[in-house]
Amino acid sequence: MSEDRPDPDALLARVQQEEARSRRGKLKIFFGASAGVGKTYAMLEAGQKHRREDHDVVIGWVETHGRQETARLLEGLERLEPRKDEHRGVDLAEFDLDGALARRPGLVLLDELAHTNAPGSRHIKRWQDAVELLDAGIDVYSTLNVQHLESLNDVVAQITGVKVKETVPDSILEEADEVELIDIAPDDLLQRLREGKVYVPEQARRAIEGFFRKGNLIALRELALRRTAERVDEQMRDYRRDHGISATWPASERLLVCVGPNPASERLIRAARRMAVGLRAQWIAVYVEAPAHLRLPDSDRQALADNMRLAESLGGKTVILSGSDVARQLVLYAREHNVGRILAGKPTHPRWRDRVRGSLVDALVRGSGDIDVYVISGDTARDARRPRPAETFRPRSPLADYAKAVAVVVVASLLCWAMFPIFAATNLAMVYLLGVTFVATRSSRGPAALASVLSVAAFDFFFIPPHLTFAVVDTQYLLTFAVMLLVALLISTLASRARAQADMVRQRERRTASLYAMSRDLASAQNVDDIGLICARHVEDATSSQAIVLATGVAGQLREVGMRVQSRPLADRDEAVARWVYEHRRPAGLGTDTLPAASALFLPLTGSDQSLGVLGVRPPSGQPLGSDQMQLLEAFATQAAAALDRVRLLGRAQRAQVEVETERLRNSLLSSVSHDLRTPLASITGAASTLLHESGQIDDASRRDLLETIHEEAFRLNRLVANLLDMTRLESGALKVKKEWLPIEEVIGSALARLEASLEGRAVETDVPDDLPLAPFDALLIEQVLVNLIENAVKHTPRGAGITISASVSPEGLTVSVSDRGPGIPPGDETRVFEKFHRLEGRGQKSGVGLGLTICRGIVTAHGGTISVSNREGGGASFRFTLPIDGEPPSMAEAAKPRPETP
Amino acid sequence: MTADLVILAIEDEPQLVRFLRASLAGHAIRLIDAPTGAAGLVEASTRVPDLILLDLGLPDMDGVEVCRRLREWTKIPILVLSARGQERDKIEALDAGADDYLTKPFGIGELLARIRVALRHSQRGPGASEPVIETGNLRIDLALRRVLRAGAEVHLTPNEFKLLAELVKNADRVVTQRQLLKAVWGPGSVDHTHYLRVFMANLRHKLEDLPARPRHLMTEAGVGYRFRTET
Repeated sequence: MSEDRPDPDALLARVQQEEARSRRGKLKIFFGASAGVGKTYAMLEAGQKHRREDHDVVIGWVETHGRQETARLLEGLERLEPRKDEHRGVDLAEFDLDGALARRPGLVLLDELAHTNAPGSRHIKRWQDAVELLDAGIDVYSTLNVQHLESLNDVVAQITGVKVKETVPDSILEEADEVELIDIAPDDLLQRLREGKVYVPEQARRAIEGFFRKGNLIALRELALRRTAERVDEQMRDYRRDHGISATWPASERLLVCVGPNPASERLIRAARRMAVGLRAQWIAVYVEAPAHLRLPDSDRQALADNMRLAESLGGKTVILSGSDVARQLVLYAREHNVGRILAGKPTHPRWRDRVRGSLVDALVRGSGDIDVYVISGDTARDARRPRPAETFRPRSPLADYAKAVAVVVVASLLCWAMFPIFAATNLAMVYLLGVTFVATRSSRGPAALASVLSVAAFDFFFIPPHLTFAVVDTQYLLTFAVMLLVALLISTLASRARAQADMVRQRERRTASLYAMSRDLASAQNVDDIGLICARHVEDATSSQAIVLATGVAGQLREVGMRVQSRPLADRDEAVARWVYEHRRPAGLGTDTLPAASALFLPLTGSDQSLGVLGVRPPSGQPLGSDQMQLLEAFATQAAAALDRVRLLGRAQRAQVEVETERLRNSLLSSVSHDLRTPLASITGAASTLLHESGQIDDASRRDLLETIHEEAFRLNRLVANLLDMTRLESGALKVKKEWLPIEEVIGSALARLEASLEGRAVETDVPDDLPLAPFDALLIEQVLVNLIENAVKHTPRGAGITISASVSPEGLTVSVSDRGPGIPPGDETRVFEKFHRLEGRGQKSGVGLGLTICRGIVTAHGGTISVSNREGGGASFRFTLPIDGEPPSMAEAAKPRPETP
Repeated sequence: MTADLVILAIEDEPQLVRFLRASLAGHAIRLIDAPTGAAGLVEASTRVPDLILLDLGLPDMDGVEVCRRLREWTKIPILVLSARGQERDKIEALDAGADDYLTKPFGIGELLARIRVALRHSQRGPGASEPVIETGNLRIDLALRRVLRAGAEVHLTPNEFKLLAELVKNADRVVTQRQLLKAVWGPGSVDHTHYLRVFMANLRHKLEDLPARPRHLMTEAGVGYRFRTET
């Protein structure tokens, strides 16, 4: 029963997909077998219908090819102005993507999805423009011919003999919300062609005539119909899956296709896709990097990258493996990934090569076990036109290496010459082989091969009778020569392969090491700037290019992070590219399909749920980076994005933590304050109401008592409010320390004068030396500190016990202490007393929000000073604060002079 | 206190006005009130009170501005009422011509003492003082420039004496730092507050028994100084 139920994960994925789709614009493709079937006409008709329904429809680009009935359909539709661009003296008009995005219509009609944009456009292809419109939530209607579909490209070329360069990835057609097949019978089309109703450019007429043969048209029509039917079939399956009708296919079928730099691979990839679609299987394009391939010429590298990109654009996954045994690597990978079928190309090289080097297909077939292997024919004719890879593989050795090879043979010959009288000639061959091995391990295959040939020649010339000629008397020696040559060549091949493999390992290791080094550095990065700096440095080291990291700043702006002194700011144009990459989370710039004219390559740094920044790389040569470097860069980008994500989430967590802490403090403040405010208010209200309503029944002494209560409690409230205000000023940073040079004695005096009433007759002893110098501090604030400390002392001192205030100057600065004879501070509470709302517990003292000492600490700290408390000998606590005396006191030189008489 | 004394309170808090009216009535003082600065200026010119109590935090205009406008035409003593933490406003009001200030909350005793001092100074005329002042163990003869402490002559430098004289002339009334600096060292020295600090310290050492707990040379933190006579 459970098999009938739809997979919840798959359903969730579909729901998410649909959600993403609802935000996106809708794409409708008018699909046809060839030109002239009436796609543009149908599209415009649909556009007109929408306009009549009051939709906001705009024509982005339409080719009427001068057809009357099509042109008539343009009437009443708004046309977007084309973007004019001058390129090499030619004015080029092109669809204006930015104009369309700025105009933001509901629907854009965009003819010819497969069109290649003029140089200087943001995207290479028009379908990329369409994708960007869809991303922006704008609906798009477009037209497409079957021969432009990527996966059918080669089939069409086989049918018609015309290879079309302008292609559209199949995913575009698959992900289109609607596909409408525009179909007419081939005879009708030919009729229209004859009547001149189909647009054909003059210069291409001859080629086109070949194209529009009835046989071709039937074949193309079949392709188009079949492709549309496939889509309908898919929809049917989706429908069945959504409604849990049945599980219709095995879930984990996988297909693997072997890809190389040769053009035959292209055909192979398309074949793989077709097969995969038929099987509804996932498919993987695999390239095995053998040691020799590391030195692929640039053209092959490019071809390989193109093939891989093609595979990706057709919906395949791409993987690069490495190892010298290609077949073994493929089979290993296939087994690990549960691959059921492997597709390989039919060998096109002569049979003897398989005998010598072993055949990949043979090895695959033998090693594959239960995996099916499909061998598909390659396009041999075109393969032959290309330079033989074997030739180009051969690395170019510098001349010096060849000279060294010659020198080694000379040395070997001299050595043999010396040994010749003692040893038999055949033994001397070993010395030559030693020389060849020496050369092969030090240089590449070319010099080694040269050494091999020269060795055999020298051996024959010098040591085989007749001496000093290449002639051979004893034919037995011919075997010696043959074996010697073979062994020498084998050694050179093996040795150079071993070297290449070692090089490859080294290169990989360097790559891994640089990645590892970066991840290690990133692990310790604390902020976005650190990450930017680390990432840029490592990228620059690894690619020897200029790197820049841009990250989201305030208000979503991109800003350069980890800026270094020598870094150059981005050009406006590059900045626009970076912005685009950031918004679309896709790579762009140099070496990509989007904005390839930029001077740098930009990769998106995408976090778990949002775009975090952009990595920009500007190669010094201005040439696009190689595919291996691209891969490395992508790995770097992933790491940097992960690090940025980490820092971002960490910041978020910390903020949440601070909020919780603040909330806790606020609650504690509120409960504390409300208690301390309500207590005196309750006393005042009670006493006042008694006085008001019961005045007849209370005697004079009680009346006085009540009045005193009101007065005292009001005073307490006043002090509490003052403390809260001070605390607020301190915490909000509004507190400004206005330092002046003044004697501490004066401030002690004013603080005591302010507290005269509350001292309640306690003896205050002041110990301030007469010769204390001036010190810089804020008179009002320090007076407040003294008032708070003295009040605190009064609170903890029984009536009659004295309070001592003393001041002294030491190298640390001015120290003032306020000491009482109260119960002292419990051990361990020395710092906690300065904390907010701290109250010594269970003392039954006069209450008051525990803010006074906190304010003292705040003010003293704002002065750059310190405050502490200790217990006194003989009982009591001693609060002591020290203020630094920085700078020179102002001059008193003029102070004694009499006032200048004003006229 | 003379009967029929009229005091104008420019104050927007009705509760405070109520307290003032009730408390002052017992001392034969009639209170008229104005809730805004504008109304206060009108009342002051039409009723011509003997003294004005001016709140610095008025709803319609700055109290300092009211003070300045009053001083354009009248010498009626002005007592400024303000909260703690408004030291700058106090100084501005005092420099704009206010006679003294009281920090809220205040008791009736404090208020009456201030009113008394202000009226005494205004009746005598500005800057005028009795030539000889005796308070505590001090005897200061302004005319002869002699100061005796517990009967013994105290030697003061000319500027020390000038400073003391300025304070004594305004006895029991606050004098701002600026006013003192201007009077003793001239208008060019109004920023040299440390002169004042040092000279005040010297005066305290020469005249007070306990310089750290002065009885006469009082500091009004952040505002100025007050020479307190013992009553």
